[in-house]
Amino acid sequence: MADEKTRPKRTAADKADFKRELTEVVPHLRAFARGLCGRPDMADDLVQETMLKAWAAQERFNPGTSMRAWTFVILRNAYLTDMRRNRFRGDYDEGVAERILTAPAGQEEPIHLSDLHRALLTLPPERREALLLVGAGGFSYEEAANICGCAVGTIKSRVGRARAALTDMLNEGTIPQRSIDDDTAHRAILEELDGVVASGSDGGDDD
Amino acid sequence: MPSSDDSPESGKKCESSNDKGTNPAETPAWTSGLKQLYDSVVDEPLPDQFKDLLAQLDETDSNPEAGSASDPTGKKPSDMGKKA
Repeated sequence: MADEKTRPKRTAADKADFKRELTEVVPHLRAFARGLCGRPDMADDLVQETMLKAWAAQERFNPGTSMRAWTFVILRNAYLTDMRRNRFRGDYDEGVAERILTAPAGQEEPIHLSDLHRALLTLPPERREALLLVGAGGFSYEEAANICGCAVGTIKSRVGRARAALTDMLNEGTIPQRSIDDDTAHRAILEELDGVVASGSDGGDDD
Repeated sequence: MPSSDDSPESGKKCESSNDKGTNPAETPAWTSGLKQLYDSVVDEPLPDQFKDLLAQLDETDSNPEAGSASDPTGKKPSDMGKKA
């Protein structure tokens, strides 16, 4: 980072490296996006938007660091921006999810994946996101905190609450039909986004 | 029902006192399902639209400064990836 100012113009090889790494994370971007917004078509739109933004900003990527973490930040911010424009509100499509998310054939799953996904989508967005990053994406709490721009303790708290809520819903069969358009949850995450944009880092508290 | 080993009633209100979250003993049954949801998308063949987009990236490159003015991560580059 010492040579930040004098960093040479990116060579064709740099760009090729970047593109290769970007290509590798596209499937992960799709998985994260689908977990976030629930609709495969919108999720893929979000991924394309993310890829273009990442490509345009590739000079800001530090080679050797995690491309997946870096692009997840871009995807997350694009999602929040879209959500703020109400693009995703109440858009969870039951039929599509049932088709897409039924467990792969041949696997016996005691819990229906469609139920799990539906339950996931009823969580407040910031908890859903935290659980996706840690529980599905395999990020550490520290990495997830970096991606979300908040404290590690906040991530731990969100993951813990998300887990408790999912366990309750799945054990008791009380999955709401849809509450992805929960006003309170949206307000919370939009306020957090304001914080992120304003300060450039710390997102503040959970609840 | 295989409600595993933790006490479901007392552990329910897991406030910040119980934010460890990673204790394998209290990993709920759906945990593997969550990973499976994610992995099932990761393992999907990449749709053509993404291959097309990747192929086009090199072409958009002819005007390299386009759109690079703002940082889409909204953070300083030094904030990211230092723990990766």
